Amino acid sequence: MSGGIKRGISLYSFQEELFTGKMSIEDCVAFAASIGANGIELLPEQNMPTFPHLDDRQIDEWKAIMARHGCEMTCYDMFLDTKLRSDRLMTDDEQVASIRRDLDLCRRLGIHNMRILVFVRPDILERLVPYAEEADVHMGVEVHAPWHMEHAWILRTVELADRLGTRHLGLLPDMGIFMKHYPPVWRARFEREGARKDVAQFIVDQHEAKIMAEYTIYEVAVRMKGNPAEVRMAETLRHSPYSNPKRIRDYIPYFHHIQAKFYEMTPDGVDPSLAYDEVIPELIAGGWNGYLSSEYEGNRWVQDVEDVDSCEQVRRQHRMFERLLTQSSHGKAG
Amino acid sequence: MFDKYLIVDGTLRNTGPVDAPDGFAFDAKLGYYRGLGLSMVEELNISIDDEAVDRTAVRFDEGMGPIGLDAMATAYDRRWPFGQAATILVTRPGGFPKGTHTLSLQQKLRVSYLPFPSFNNDRKTVSL
Repeated sequence: MSGGIKRGISLYSFQEELFTGKMSIEDCVAFAASIGANGIELLPEQNMPTFPHLDDRQIDEWKAIMARHGCEMTCYDMFLDTKLRSDRLMTDDEQVASIRRDLDLCRRLGIHNMRILVFVRPDILERLVPYAEEADVHMGVEVHAPWHMEHAWILRTVELADRLGTRHLGLLPDMGIFMKHYPPVWRARFEREGARKDVAQFIVDQHEAKIMAEYTIYEVAVRMKGNPAEVRMAETLRHSPYSNPKRIRDYIPYFHHIQAKFYEMTPDGVDPSLAYDEVIPELIAGGWNGYLSSEYEGNRWVQDVEDVDSCEQVRRQHRMFERLLTQSSHGKAG
Repeated sequence: MFDKYLIVDGTLRNTGPVDAPDGFAFDAKLGYYRGLGLSMVEELNISIDDEAVDRTAVRFDEGMGPIGLDAMATAYDRRWPFGQAATILVTRPGGFPKGTHTLSLQQKLRVSYLPFPSFNNDRKTVSL
């Protein structure tokens, strides 16, 4: 593997097949191994039906599945139900206890990275740092669109990690922040829901020109008297930033794992939307050596009209990774 | 999310005595990419031919026993696991109406990281 970057897959990618029962967890792991993606990211609340209760036998079975296929568990995606109750939010103590439960499970599974939902408050995470250090788990706050590496909310975690001098708190970038082009599968879905072709093209053109979302939303909703599908499509621009790939290198000390989000891969192995061809060279140049963990999120955009084939989509993304990792490392050497 | 899969095909059946059904039931999945505690399933809105079923007639059972929507709000120790079908029971004397009808299910979920509720909708043409 070039540049020290490793290829992996999040079980999130197979949500369609896992939901419908077409594939089992072990099928997913076997598929990952078959394409050389031996790092498995999991969502216990998706993949473990008895969550949060796991006995040692279940833990052993997870480890055995990985061993059978030559894979390792790379990252634990946590959730936090601050709205568990309808009458009040979780108290700070309850939030800390919930994440501590996850850190314990992470340690029992032998996982060293935890994806922290971006909405979790830095002061809650500060209280958890001693536990994370003890469990040797890196808590990475998910840098998810429309946040980006230098958003003020994200920088609070960076500043906190610096102040504490800890190596167990930082970031976990989601590649959705590098949306250079509007995803064709999004556009197609909105057109099926009633968006007119010329209005959809206008929205795509506005995104391509990187015009601030609010201008486009106003144009579509008010001046063009957009229908509901058109307004919803325009509103997706609020969550579709193309942040600067060159900035990611500065934050390499703060992340060990990447969620390689994507919505669609073309048959010839091109991501028509996210700028992997610009991001991967930066990661290699910066000497980053974690897992690029596939996160296929296209199923929800096409499942109304076609059978979802998550394996084929992930396979194509990994072909792209192999190509970009090879090209970029050659470029670096040259 | 997963809208078209919410009502599980072929699971609609009447409940109670065969000659005098007291309601009907069908299996349903949660429209979310992970499992969720029952207290965060705020509503299970059911309608037949767009006529809403009274919410007090609806009960839910993920395998731990039937529970009404009001009681679900405080069922903090019960979860609806990802991808797993639960049973939705509706009290309705006579059971499901004869002939072909549209059965609709809307799930309103309280997802902590979203500022607004999440809605999932399925509509299926069914008959008994």
